[in-house]
Amino acid sequence: MYEILSTFAQTWGLLIFVALFGAALVYALWPRNQARFDAAASAPLTENDTPAMAGETEDETHVRA
Amino acid sequence: MSGKKSLWSDLHKSLFEKNSLILTVGVLVTVSIGGIVEIAPLFYLDSTIEEVDGVRPYTPLEQLGRDIYIREGCYNCHSQMIRPLRDEVERYGHYSLAAESMYDHPFQWGSKRTGPDLARVGGRYSDEWHRDHMRLPQAVVPESVMPAYPFLETSELAFDNVEANLRALRTVGVPYSDDMLGAAVSDIETQLDPFAEDYDGFQERYPGAVMRDFDGNPDLVTELDALIAYLQVLGTMVDFSTYEAEADENLR
Amino acid sequence: MISAHGLKRAGSDPSTAIVLLITVLGALWALFAAAYAPDAAMRGQSWLILGGFLTGIILLVGAIAGGGVVTDEREYNESLIKAGVIASLFWGVAGLLVGVVIAFQLAFPVLNLEAFGFTSFGRLRPLHTSAVIFAFGGNVLIATSFYVVQRTCRTRIAGGIWPWFVFWGYQFFILIAASGYLIGITQGKEYAEPEWYADIWLTLVWVVYLLVFLGTLWKRKEPHIYVANWFYLAFIVTIAVLHVINNLAMPVSWLGSRSYSAFAGVQDALTQWWYGHNAVGFFLTAGFLGIMYYFIPKRVNRPVYSYRLSIIHFWSLIFIYIWAGPHHLHYTALPEWAQTLGMTFSIMLWMPSWGGMINGLMTLSGAWDKLRTDPVVRMLVMSVAFYGMSTFEGPVMSIRAVNALSHYTDWTIGHVHSGALGWVGFVSFGALYCLVPWLWKRKGMYSKALVDWHFWIATIGILLYITSMWTAGILQGLWWRTYNALGFLEYSFVETVEAMYIPYIIRAVGGVLYLAGALIMVYNVYRTVRGDAVEVDENVIDQPALEAAK
Repeated sequence: MYEILSTFAQTWGLLIFVALFGAALVYALWPRNQARFDAAASAPLTENDTPAMAGETEDETHVRA
Repeated sequence: MSGKKSLWSDLHKSLFEKNSLILTVGVLVTVSIGGIVEIAPLFYLDSTIEEVDGVRPYTPLEQLGRDIYIREGCYNCHSQMIRPLRDEVERYGHYSLAAESMYDHPFQWGSKRTGPDLARVGGRYSDEWHRDHMRLPQAVVPESVMPAYPFLETSELAFDNVEANLRALRTVGVPYSDDMLGAAVSDIETQLDPFAEDYDGFQERYPGAVMRDFDGNPDLVTELDALIAYLQVLGTMVDFSTYEAEADENLR
Repeated sequence: MISAHGLKRAGSDPSTAIVLLITVLGALWALFAAAYAPDAAMRGQSWLILGGFLTGIILLVGAIAGGGVVTDEREYNESLIKAGVIASLFWGVAGLLVGVVIAFQLAFPVLNLEAFGFTSFGRLRPLHTSAVIFAFGGNVLIATSFYVVQRTCRTRIAGGIWPWFVFWGYQFFILIAASGYLIGITQGKEYAEPEWYADIWLTLVWVVYLLVFLGTLWKRKEPHIYVANWFYLAFIVTIAVLHVINNLAMPVSWLGSRSYSAFAGVQDALTQWWYGHNAVGFFLTAGFLGIMYYFIPKRVNRPVYSYRLSIIHFWSLIFIYIWAGPHHLHYTALPEWAQTLGMTFSIMLWMPSWGGMINGLMTLSGAWDKLRTDPVVRMLVMSVAFYGMSTFEGPVMSIRAVNALSHYTDWTIGHVHSGALGWVGFVSFGALYCLVPWLWKRKGMYSKALVDWHFWIATIGILLYITSMWTAGILQGLWWRTYNALGFLEYSFVETVEAMYIPYIIRAVGGVLYLAGALIMVYNVYRTVRGDAVEVDENVIDQPALEAAK
């Protein structure tokens, strides 16, 4: 049992881990995501004092701020 | 519309809300893999715990003493884990084996030595020394910063229910037999009396257990009796004459 | 836009009924325990538990009779955060005070007051660690996470009465745990001392906390989940997993206080330190990084330096931290492969930690002058600096050769406190200094000078603390292994105890200073809340609420 698990951990497990982490890296560094990240990064700075209500779209929220 | 939603309808409608779910599951998977791969092998690898002779479950008195050790938080200042380093082995004795704490629920290896390691304190000092030390540590070790525990020798040990303690321990894997459970309450008094009627039965149940009145007051079963019984058994169980550290099954 | 459709009254809804049911069941259990508990400690504590549940029932019935708790979707729930701020301050002072007491006990053992039996170091030390980590830290995390998730999702907190259940349920947990330590109820596992029934209660509270947090994310009005929430979420999820697994135990009786852990010896040790180290990683690091990623950008009015770096910081931290636990068990009876694994990952941890530190510090680029003008920014920056320092020291101490010397000594205590006082404490104080004027709609804190005093007094306190503990720890480590010319151990153990006298006093004085800083803060917050703030703090003006107030 230990042999099976350790073999799995050292081959596929390792690959899955690297792949998962690679996916996170790709997501973070993908050039097209930059605009989205910029918007997200400014989220705390464009707050309003009340929650956004139904009827307001997300764009409006940003414009209003 | 959001205003009309309750937490539960939110939960229902957005069960597949993509981002937060990816996040939650991603964290769970990452964290569980780390935990499982690292911890799980310890439970079925034969090499985790060495093959030794002599380690037995604690007697009811020792176990209640251990409970007092935990209750008073002794582990905050005393470790029970001697590392295989030259100075530690010279100061405290043979390095600790995993087998020596195999019946310790919970383990008490500790993380800090404000006071010395206690893994092999058993048999190092007399019962009288322990009694004086608990009354006032500074009376026997003037530089000590240990708190005094004078109330232990006047507090009666509550042991009517000790069978339930052993039963709970059996549930989590300590091999207490039905015999041991049945005799649990009487074994407390038996261990305190070297001339007890059931001397042989007790020794059969707990081979090598020390039997004497630990606190020097035979009229009362006290918490100090239990605590000293526990301290005196620490690190004394393994028969090192038959333990081969270099044997294949003990190489880790 | 301002229409009535956002207004809702909880009170007749099923949620309130469920909370009422929980309290009634709890009260019944406590009543049975009071009558039939096999151990005296439980018979005593059950009255406290009963009292807590009865108070809950009375409050709930009162709320229902009064028309229920108002949930106005047009407003953020700020009274919840206010309660959290007050609770944080209260527990912070309490926890630091106990810390000062036990620091003096180690220098002057007579202070253990053995006549009482419940004030000895062994019982008070868990009280101190639990009070500062779980009561102070936990309340700061719950309060700030509820604030940040509402604001960055631009929606009121989800769940009506449930967030209040989380808040009061958590205070109740603290009360049960703390009173238990004093009367000798403990599991005997560091940082996981509360017994099984307190653990079950915390599990319930924590699951509700997770659902409330997720529920708020689910109804957010923003496309992206802001990165601070990632850290909060990872903290909540992981702590739930750690808490449940490490506290698996068999109670002696369903009405008694004592239980025995499911695992024994070496397995229990690894489970415990897997828990213990990740309590540091996910409670004291990930959660407070959530604070850093919201409050620093907010206070200096600049977006985080690199959002990409924050994402990488997040995932690498999560990937690596969970493996590092075994470095607490170097040279023990834990198999060597596990120790090596723990050491390797601990050293790797240095990278994401410093990535995060750089990200926090560089957020100030272009606004470095605020270090001079705004003591709150100074506090936040100092906290990140301490984060960098202790996450450098940690990997060093996880190297087996270093650990051989540092383990079991006061060096560990110093390391923990540079993280706890420097990083966790300062980032919390910084966040609270931000929150108080925002929540109570004041122009600024009552006195900026007092914030400055707090900063400097506490900083000196930390320096005294960690330098004395470095000295103490390295001296212990060296003396324990010193041999004389004849090949015998040079020092008896008690000689190293004696040598601790001065360092222990210096440490206690450091603790007193840190506590004094916290008391100054409490006074300052009190005056601010009372409405005595007259100074306009230019660093607070970008809050929309205050713009309107002027």
